[in-house]
Amino acid sequence: MQLPVINNTASEASQGGCSAGSCGSTDDQMNHLPEHIRQKVFNHPCYSEEAHHYFARMHVAVAPACNIQCNYCNRKYDCANESRPGVVSELHHPVQAVKKVLAVAATIPQMTVLGIAGPGDPLANPERTFETFRMLSEQAPDIKLCVSTNGLSLPEQVEELSKYNIDHVTITINCVDPDVGAQIYPWIFWKNKRIKGREAAEILIAQQQKGLEMLVAKGILVKVNSVMIPGVNDKHLEEVSKIVKAKGAFLHNVMPLISEAEHGTFYGLTGQRGPTNEELQALQDACEGDMNMMRHCRQCRADAVGLLGEDRGSEFTMDKVEQMEINYPEAMKMRAEVHAAINEELESKRLAKESKVQLVSIQGVQKKEVTRPVLMAVATKGGGVINEHFGHAGEFLIYEASSEGVRFIGHRKTTPYCEGGDTCGDGESALDKTLKVLAGCEAVLCSKVGYEPWGPLEAAGIQPNGEHAMEPIEEAVLKVYEEMRVAGKLAVKVVEQQKVA
Amino acid sequence: MALEIIESCTNCWACQPLCPSKAIYEAKPHFMIDAQKCTECAGDFEDPQCATICPIEGAILNEDGVPLNPPGSLTGIPLQKLAA
Ligand code: SF4
Ligand code: SF4
Ligand code: SF4
Repeated sequence: MQLPVINNTASEASQGGCSAGSCGSTDDQMNHLPEHIRQKVFNHPCYSEEAHHYFARMHVAVAPACNIQCNYCNRKYDCANESRPGVVSELHHPVQAVKKVLAVAATIPQMTVLGIAGPGDPLANPERTFETFRMLSEQAPDIKLCVSTNGLSLPEQVEELSKYNIDHVTITINCVDPDVGAQIYPWIFWKNKRIKGREAAEILIAQQQKGLEMLVAKGILVKVNSVMIPGVNDKHLEEVSKIVKAKGAFLHNVMPLISEAEHGTFYGLTGQRGPTNEELQALQDACEGDMNMMRHCRQCRADAVGLLGEDRGSEFTMDKVEQMEINYPEAMKMRAEVHAAINEELESKRLAKESKVQLVSIQGVQKKEVTRPVLMAVATKGGGVINEHFGHAGEFLIYEASSEGVRFIGHRKTTPYCEGGDTCGDGESALDKTLKVLAGCEAVLCSKVGYEPWGPLEAAGIQPNGEHAMEPIEEAVLKVYEEMRVAGKLAVKVVEQQKVA
Repeated sequence: MALEIIESCTNCWACQPLCPSKAIYEAKPHFMIDAQKCTECAGDFEDPQCATICPIEGAILNEDGVPLNPPGSLTGIPLQKLAA
């Protein structure tokens, strides 16, 4: 039996595991989007699961000020909407930021997207943000610009935004109900006053919704981010998802609350917990029926450089950038060649997938065995293939295989079990952490697994597998799933799936 | 009549563009208010703008050295947690 890599069947939707159009990875969901939008996001590493293996994005920190307070943010650090709390960015003046962007773009031709996401709210720093955009639109027209915002001052900035090379804006919308909002935002700065409580939330929500509508009316792509806060907005986010979709947002990304006490945030210090992997996945599934969800967000830092999940920022500190001589017009030619080659590869992969789907839909009619879904973890350095050692992986991608095909679920971070070679130092506890992080998975696919972690992995019900090194992820996952089926491990409801602690 | 920014300022730039008297300037190790220029926003705004947007409790003091945003007033974090 051949299993489809993609599921495009919109039927069978309502009951059971996954709902309409949700079983493919993000790129497959892209197929449902209008062509002009699909083209726009095709090589955007933050939006396309496929592209983020090939293209890189970077952020520059030019916008330190903020005009609201979120309970998950410690304002001594970077904006927690887009970046990990506790990591302070090297703040740049716009001129420096542009220099840095050109240096990175010339060195890493895969860099296609420049974002301004903080460390505060980019639209609360309009001069600094727009000066950066203005210069980049002139000097590097081959770089796409994006910006994220809490939305408070968005409506008044839409006109200005539409002047630049900006094709997507991210709004963090955590609620549409001011009573929920009052538990998330203690204050906003509005019309020269500090407003608190429900009234503050009411204004913020109205501005966010208005901004969303105005951007859509202008034809600017809008992505919505939400932070999932158990007991505060977790149930509510399904409604948020419906509303923002109805208004024309094209992606909704639910991120887990991060609230360690040491970050010093309100939530961290008052014991508000973040969601478990399972809760997050359940909410993402619930919202996905409504719209395209993005599951591979890594809550990257505001000044991160490189492919998602990888940070090469240390190669581009300002003192190093000042030393570099950049001839951008020359670099742009080389970049165009690299982009063309990658696009060709992506396109041929897409066509290959499409033909496979057609094949399967013919065969699938005759024979459809229902097998239970299985979660598998994958170690990869990028490129869409299994190419990372178990012990070196700082994160695992989680895929779900089922009789419907393979879909990307999300990523889970850990501490690499073995930081390299013989110096395994803290190996023991790091392995424990990884085991915990992989709870619920029944296999882990990597280029190599050492002898030592093998036993504990098996004991935890996670089959280590190093047999598919360098193979494309989804194909390898399907092969393993097929092996499990043949071995009779997939009969529905025979094996109780492990629960995440 | 002037406010003062003290060392807990995180240099977030939020206050500087709002000052109607151009009294706030970037300095090391943190932003400063020129006491000669600061009017406490009298005549321009009801509330002193810098202290109205500043996210850091205790970073801006009045003439008597009293913080305009005392601990807990902005984040809502209970005082005993702040101390811990
Ligand atoms: S919008 Fe960003 S910087 Fe502002 S308070 Fe919220 S998380 Fe912090
Ligand atoms: S109180 Fe008003 S005038 Fe004085 S520094 Fe602050 S913003 Fe400027
Ligand atoms: S708003 Fe507060 S923290 Fe920010 S620069 Fe001004 S005084 Fe410093």
